[in-house]
Amino acid sequence: MTPNEISYSHILPEVVLSVFGMLIMLAEPMLGERASRKPLGYLAFFGTLAAGAATLYQAQYPGFAFWHMVHVDAFSTFFHLLVIGVAAVVILSSLDYVEEETVHAGEYYGLVLLGAVGMCLMSSAVELVLIFVALEISSIATYVLTGIRRKNAAGAESALKYFLLGSFATAFFLFGVAMMYGATGSTDIPNIALTLAKGSIPGLVYVGMALMFVGLGFKIASAPFHVWTPDVYEGAPAPIVGFMSTAPKAAVFAVMLRIILQTGAPGWLYLIWGSAALSMTLGNLGALLQTNVKRMLAYSSIAQAGYILVAFTAAPQEATSAVMFYMLCYAAMNVGAFAVITFYSGKDERRVHLEDFAGLGATNPLLALTLTIFLLSLIGIPLTGGFLAKFYVFQVALKANMVWLTIIGVLNSAVAAYYYLRLVVAMYMKPAPEGAVRVAAPLPMKIALLAAAALTLYLGIVPTGVLSYTTEAAAQLLTAPAVKVVTGQ
Amino acid sequence: MPENYYIRYLPLVLHLVAALLIALPVLVLTTLIGRRKKFAQKMQAYECGITPTGDTRGRFSVKFYLVGMLFILFDVEAVFLYPWAIILKELKMFGFWEMLVYIGVVLVGFFYIVKKGAIDWGETARVSVENV
Amino acid sequence: MELVLFWVFAAICIGGAINLLAQKHPINSALSLVVVMASLAVEYLLLGAEFVAAVQVIIYAGAIMVLFIFVIMLLNAGEEPHGGKTSLVAKLVGLPALGILAVMLVWALTAQAGGSVAVAGAEPGPPQVIARLLFNDFLLPFEVTSVLVLIAIMGAVVLAAPLQPHHAAKILAAQAGEGGQS
Repeated sequence: MTPNEISYSHILPEVVLSVFGMLIMLAEPMLGERASRKPLGYLAFFGTLAAGAATLYQAQYPGFAFWHMVHVDAFSTFFHLLVIGVAAVVILSSLDYVEEETVHAGEYYGLVLLGAVGMCLMSSAVELVLIFVALEISSIATYVLTGIRRKNAAGAESALKYFLLGSFATAFFLFGVAMMYGATGSTDIPNIALTLAKGSIPGLVYVGMALMFVGLGFKIASAPFHVWTPDVYEGAPAPIVGFMSTAPKAAVFAVMLRIILQTGAPGWLYLIWGSAALSMTLGNLGALLQTNVKRMLAYSSIAQAGYILVAFTAAPQEATSAVMFYMLCYAAMNVGAFAVITFYSGKDERRVHLEDFAGLGATNPLLALTLTIFLLSLIGIPLTGGFLAKFYVFQVALKANMVWLTIIGVLNSAVAAYYYLRLVVAMYMKPAPEGAVRVAAPLPMKIALLAAAALTLYLGIVPTGVLSYTTEAAAQLLTAPAVKVVTGQ
Repeated sequence: MPENYYIRYLPLVLHLVAALLIALPVLVLTTLIGRRKKFAQKMQAYECGITPTGDTRGRFSVKFYLVGMLFILFDVEAVFLYPWAIILKELKMFGFWEMLVYIGVVLVGFFYIVKKGAIDWGETARVSVENV
Repeated sequence: MELVLFWVFAAICIGGAINLLAQKHPINSALSLVVVMASLAVEYLLLGAEFVAAVQVIIYAGAIMVLFIFVIMLLNAGEEPHGGKTSLVAKLVGLPALGILAVMLVWALTAQAGGSVAVAGAEPGPPQVIARLLFNDFLLPFEVTSVLVLIAIMGAVVLAAPLQPHHAAKILAAQAGEGGQS
């Protein structure tokens, strides 16, 4: 397999997702206006399964393809499966939700699938132009999904805010790419690594890295680029918050790992240090004040992004491995928590306040139990994935002598326990309000919840398999060969 | 860059200069020597002699926006055709297939908007919620 | 001569951008944006990027500006009331940050000019060069753009298309229900 050719196996999951997305686009207007869109939802779910299978098939053929545009390795396979898995869980958990809440249920599934194309591509792309196009795909899909509830004023407001600030951030990223190209003469990540390793580092590289970090930092909602998060998460549909707080973030973290660690570009350490400390502190302090559960989880996701950024300060290989493991745990628990909210919030998402969750343990034990698991994992209680992930991150940070950052992180984890536990207490210790009825979750929702909860517990109890995989993937990422021949001229 | 690169655009510069030479003096001279008298009839919008009613700037339907948006998307698609057409002979069948895939994907979108009635301007089918 | 033209159009471009921000009426701002876009096209042309210049005129100065005007007419946006309070944070943090960014850029770009880096394929050339790159090396980003177009099409329909009659009825019923309850 030479790198300079078309190889469908290297983009197979993306092709599968695009084809299913297009099938949904073709089928949507063909269905009767009043027909249920659930069949499209199942088609989309089947599409994610097929894409997952395609990823596993693709993993057998590692290497470059498309003139050094994509590189398939254990690293890209991991993030492909993560994104596709999140998409599958989100689709399952929103089958009933979208039917009720939006008149564009068909487009909803199409946008989730096509957005996932961009996120998958971000994790395997090794070329800044392709990364930019993929980032745009994933961003624009999430902007639209945010505003898909047209009858909801808060939804429209949050979509507008997200879109305006998001485009601004993407422009920063693109500006950074231009600076990087000016400094190194290439937009190919392995090539940039070669140029940087060879000689003195031009000042433009620092500017380029800083600008790219601004753009990517916005997408992962790390402070000080986090201001949009609470409003957007509050206004966006609950399952979409689950989606956009995990899958695009995972993809952006993959891009950050590639850009920062694979190129070996200097100067990013202080940026990340500051951003991590700020994100953890502002996120957790902000969450303390919230009574709306969606807003609380929005602040919590800012804090969680901070913990992941802490991992970046460690030695490259350990950093990569820790980020991957944390991201997987975070995806499982966050997408699960939002699946519970999706179901429980009810029509027009009226029940999203803390007091609405009172007595959930009695009225709906399954929802309460799974939500408790996700919240305990978000705190970092032993036997859950969140505990090991945090432990791992702080351990590798300490190894790299990031003592102060680790102290800030641990203090923050203790603060965070308060607001997560407040929700658990409300569910189990407070009486249910008058007239609370027990509604059984439909089967697809149960499957989604149990899958997320099982993964959260699995990662907390027997993490060795996943950990050895992430270590191997990290090693592959950092030893990727770097050759590129421009054939265009 | 080829040697005669800038010379090739000389007509464009001359065009610009000519436009400025005609437009600027006209603007400057009218403001300098023209007399200005303002009265109600003169300030009215010209409606072929009929007294205008209401504001000239009415609100437009959101449909115009949708058409504008879709126009840009297909405009972007068309822009890719220019460089493709230049080197089509070099690319041979390979070029044909790669553009076929691209156009095919975008055609799915076209099918979608037509079927969805997004560019349907008939009175019969659609009601706009924006009006209620 | 080229250099003179470059600076002249750079000045027009920046002047247009400043005017864009200073104007009170959105239509005037939009017209200033046309000036910015057109002078950028000339800059591209002066740098030898003919294709990019043409695309700049077709897409930005043409299509995108039409959309801008549409939106302004859609909203029937009039003159903006001025004299709103500027946020203190914006003044205290934003302006110094802007200054730092400007200094960084100037420093980095002037430092770069001395130690030149050999840039592969950086010489801007006729459209053929771009075409060869686009349809070989950058084939994948090009094809992926089609997915981006699909998402944008769906987005336009989801957010802006008039709703079907029964959907509109559904929303009206929901709003009526809300009004009755509150």
